[in-house]
Amino acid sequence: MSASDELQLIGGGKTPRVDHVLIAEMVEAGARVLDVGCGDGELLQLLAERKGVDGRGVELERDKVNACVAHGLAVVQGDADHDLDNYPDQAFDYAILSLTIQATRQPKTVLENLLRIGRRVIVSFPNFGHWQVRTGLLFGGRMPVTDNLPDLWYLTPNAHLCTIRDFADLCERAHAEVEQAVAFNAYGTRLPIKWSLSMQNLFGEKAVFLLRSSARPAPGR
Amino acid sequence: MTVVTPDLKASTSRRHSEVYKPSSPVVHFDAGAPLRLACQQDLAPFSIAYETYGELNAAKSNAILICHALTADQYAASQHPITGKPGWWENIIGPGKPIDTDRFYVICSNVLGGCMGSTGPASINPKTGEPYGLDFPVITIGDMVEGQARLMDHLGIDQLFAVIGGSMGGMQVLEWASRFKDRVFAAVPIATAAWHSSQNIAFDEVGRQAVMADPEWAGGNYYAAGKVPRNGLAVARMAAHITYLSEEALHRKFGRTLQDRSSLTFSFSADFQVESYLRHQGSTFVDRFDANSYLYITRALDYFDLRESSDGVLANAFRGTSTRFCVVSFTSDWLYPTRESRRIVQALNAVAANVSFVEIETDKGHDAFLLEEPMFFATVRGFLNAAAVKRGLAARDGTAG
Repeated sequence: MSASDELQLIGGGKTPRVDHVLIAEMVEAGARVLDVGCGDGELLQLLAERKGVDGRGVELERDKVNACVAHGLAVVQGDADHDLDNYPDQAFDYAILSLTIQATRQPKTVLENLLRIGRRVIVSFPNFGHWQVRTGLLFGGRMPVTDNLPDLWYLTPNAHLCTIRDFADLCERAHAEVEQAVAFNAYGTRLPIKWSLSMQNLFGEKAVFLLRSSARPAPGR
Repeated sequence: MTVVTPDLKASTSRRHSEVYKPSSPVVHFDAGAPLRLACQQDLAPFSIAYETYGELNAAKSNAILICHALTADQYAASQHPITGKPGWWENIIGPGKPIDTDRFYVICSNVLGGCMGSTGPASINPKTGEPYGLDFPVITIGDMVEGQARLMDHLGIDQLFAVIGGSMGGMQVLEWASRFKDRVFAAVPIATAAWHSSQNIAFDEVGRQAVMADPEWAGGNYYAAGKVPRNGLAVARMAAHITYLSEEALHRKFGRTLQDRSSLTFSFSADFQVESYLRHQGSTFVDRFDANSYLYITRALDYFDLRESSDGVLANAFRGTSTRFCVVSFTSDWLYPTRESRRIVQALNAVAANVSFVEIETDKGHDAFLLEEPMFFATVRGFLNAAAVKRGLAARDGTAG
């Protein structure tokens, strides 16, 4: 698939988000997927169309849930902090948390729950170590407002922002083995994989991690 | 309380004829095919009266069973033979509607214990040749569902494409999904609960006591005397009706507005519009419903607890299910509040079932499931469309199986 194909219009004629495209690449065809914080169901739709997954979603906002279900997606109203406890161990091939972990109350508990529920876990998050964030704080002396973090500090739902380095540390603490980690710059271009973690952390605006629990035997691919 | 009905006799006899000879189709299961009830008695013979809408496809894969609530009946999308009113769910069932009769074959049957043609306490007890009255066995939601399953056997439908219902209908949906996992492709339990709460049992008991306190009830043997416990049943309906609404809805509809008068009368006549409205609800209900049926069906509601057959763990009721669920609740429903639906969703999640859950914002209370709520309708339509695709049902002209 060429890069232009990657950005081909999907379904409703919307260009899929770069992190969604990457996630769709990571997921195996026909897998069972739980998308926590699925929003309006864009990723679930993409995964259904491209990979024929059996997808489920969890979303906090009622209007978005209703819209998802009205479009035929299997989505329940709930949130990552409270409603993941009910899911059985290893119920899904992939548990996905897309740009949501920074808005949870207990990111570590949420991550542990995801590692329990999914044989593999995919987490994407905005990188607070990005150079624009650093320079904004250093020179402006204020909480940074960027394209990636558009809300003022008192309006943002984000409660636990982290850098790529921070997240890598959390993975270690939560006994998560990183199978793949990809960072994107502000233009949605993937940063070269050979770049050091420091460079990724400085130039990556968003990151996507593919994880599995190191406490469990490796799932077959 | 005075209930004025000029055509009491006429309405009573119309009601009686619907018990014995319903206007809808009816299947009679003879003495050789008894229904084993939860109380361990056999019910035989028994009848199930039902209505259908749309066409069954060749593969018999497009059937939807609609389960009705406490006081409704099989006339979901057709004119009621007693009241002459349109079907109770005609806004959602029909050609091009969310439950689209151009695509689906819709079946709605009167529950066991009912009084519109399915066997109930007003039906003739073959042992005595008289109406059963209180000799009718106490039935459960599970028994109702077993009766419906017999109807499906009779119609040659192995698997229902969907089972849909609100309130008590939702309990039947859950019971279907739990008892007959292979026979339910999709399930839509609406404004319901996996067990009846203590508050709901309490309300039901008030209703039953009102009926039984009416001297005309005569220990349940009012049929022979040609009597009807009108006042008792009307009070039961009035009390129950309040639980179907919400404080906001009542306030919006009536406030403290007076009924056809400019000042208080300092009496106990219906000064307030809300009183007049409830009295009307009570008296029209009596014209179409049997008092003993009310006792039996409310009892079935009270007895409902899906955990009981599942070692006390609700999730066990759904273990191994491959049914697709769409659970719906309404924000202002205090009879079956959202937390009851959440319990169902949590149990379904615990067995990794395919479940959607939507809470619809409305101030119309429990009755919202009977009303035209755009988001609710969009949810049902979207869910059924997606399920139909999974089931291999073609679009609107379809006959594919």
